[in-house]
Amino acid sequence: MAPAAPRSGDAIFASVERVNAELFTLTYGAIVRQLLTDLEEVEEVNKQLDQMGYNIGIRLIDEFLAKSNVSRCVDFKETAEVIAKVGFKMFLGVTASVTNWDADGTCCSIVLEDNPLVDFVELPDTCQGLYYCNILSGVIRGALEMVSMKTEVTWIRDVLRGDDAYELQVKLLKQVPEEYPYKDDE
Amino acid sequence: MIGVGKIKQYSNVLDKPLSKGKQEVSLSAFAFLFSELVQYNQTQVDNIAELERRLEDAGYAVGARVLELLCHRDKGNRRETRLLGILSFVHSTVWKVLFGKVADSLEKGTEHEDEYMISEKELLVNKFISTPKDMGTFNCGAFVAGIVRGVLDSAGFPAVVTAHFVPMEGQQRPRTTILIKFAEEVLQREARLG
Repeated sequence: MAPAAPRSGDAIFASVERVNAELFTLTYGAIVRQLLTDLEEVEEVNKQLDQMGYNIGIRLIDEFLAKSNVSRCVDFKETAEVIAKVGFKMFLGVTASVTNWDADGTCCSIVLEDNPLVDFVELPDTCQGLYYCNILSGVIRGALEMVSMKTEVTWIRDVLRGDDAYELQVKLLKQVPEEYPYKDDE
Repeated sequence: MIGVGKIKQYSNVLDKPLSKGKQEVSLSAFAFLFSELVQYNQTQVDNIAELERRLEDAGYAVGARVLELLCHRDKGNRRETRLLGILSFVHSTVWKVLFGKVADSLEKGTEHEDEYMISEKELLVNKFISTPKDMGTFNCGAFVAGIVRGVLDSAGFPAVVTAHFVPMEGQQRPRTTILIKFAEEVLQREARLG
């Protein structure tokens, strides 16, 4: 039997190489500022951040699977738990919790207790429509797409916009059956 | 993190207590982010010089903030005013906070009085990066050069800062040298101060 999947990412986070979160935070800030200057429209910045996150997600899932020892999740509920407890911990060193399940178990919220992206950040009046952490939703969407799940990830609450927590809604749109593009005899 | 799972709200970011700077994220999270920064900027330019300039600009923004943060947190709102002081501040304090270690070396240029070099065998941002052949001398260290320029400039030491690969004998990968060329006024002031 395969070893049981970890219930938390603490041990993995402790064993991987780490960098100071401030370097990460400030670098992310520099990226957002560059996008705001280049693209001008806040909507466009949201889109670009999501795209960057998606690009990261489709690569990050490989590292996640390689290091986390997580095997196939039985249902979307388990997937969400693994993202919150193992995924966030392993990469960002923070934990999240999963709540607000809908009746058929295809839509839930991931609530972040701590968010290393937003230290030192305050949104000026001109950027009120900005989803500052939009890169995170892209990461989740990209990573899940690589394991055959089409999802829609949206921000429900954002402290930078005056809410009391960071809440991401993850909605499972459909599960794509795995396709084998290769033939056995090749 | 205060444990209860609720984030305390502050009306103003300045009211928030300054973190101690001990938090960490995984190196891969940073590497992924940095790679996106580089890839995005590649779409915005048509030559290497421009790409380096844009990365440097991004770094500059980081450097300016790092100086403010460190002076406030570690130095009781004082900052270095002398050339050697600020250089060793960059080489030791800034490096240690950002990259978890002191830079490998800090040297004075032999040919020019106004040049200094900070070298690093394996610069953090270059760790997972190999430059394609057709990109010539492009070095992602431009981002770090920008950080250094941001710190120096904001502290009143304007300088031109560039990143270069320097091949090392017996090593597979070249080291990265951050070359700092101070503006004339900095050296004049330094001479006046004696």
